[in-house]
Amino acid sequence: MADQVLDAKGLNCPLPIIKTKKMLKELPVGNTLEVIATDPGSVADFAAFCRTTGNEMVEQSQDGAVFRFVIRRAA
Amino acid sequence: MSEQDDNKPKSMTIIVTKGSLDWAYPPFILATTAAAMGVDVTLFFTFYGLPLLKKKLDLQVTTLGNPAMAMPMMGTHMVMPNLIGMLPGVDAMASKMMKNMIAKKGVASIEELRDMAIECDVKMIACQMTMDLFEFDRNDMIDGITLGGAATYMENALKSDINLYI
Repeated sequence: MADQVLDAKGLNCPLPIIKTKKMLKELPVGNTLEVIATDPGSVADFAAFCRTTGNEMVEQSQDGAVFRFVIRRAA
Repeated sequence: MSEQDDNKPKSMTIIVTKGSLDWAYPPFILATTAAAMGVDVTLFFTFYGLPLLKKKLDLQVTTLGNPAMAMPMMGTHMVMPNLIGMLPGVDAMASKMMKNMIAKKGVASIEELRDMAIECDVKMIACQMTMDLFEFDRNDMIDGITLGGAATYMENALKSDINLYI
């Protein structure tokens, strides 16, 4: 179970990333955020976001048109 | 010549020169996303980009000079011929269609993106010369912007990793 959940369903670029960043900032380092998104572009975008910011993609899955990402906040 | 310090955050500047609804998106999307990725962002608003800093926005899109503009319509795309943009009401209609689509598809409004940009400390510079040229009133502009000119922009651009002109 992630420590927090962000429902970004129905949101389009760049909102899922912006909202994710906003929530990550409020999380203690080491905690995880689960993001649920329907934007197909979010698959590439969340990978790029994690590579660039150093936050860790712990888990990633897809159920139909719904994408799930679990991200651990880095320092 | 540049001392690359890996601990120094990356930085980006964008010169924003256009203020129609469609052209307003790229700078604000890039600015907010870059800020979310830890980048220091400076936007320099000049000429027709400057009104994007006004408190009250009513952005329009035009079909004129926009030959590749295709609006989804009944399962297909309707290309907007340049010629019809000259008819009264066409741009207003196209703008309304675009704003409806934006809301329906979960795309942020420019107002929202601008608020987010301010929230994540994107630096916004209003071109003083454009303010004078087009007689804009500082009181009509949002708070938190700085006024400056080319030298102010250049100081930021010279130390930035990415400089874009939109």
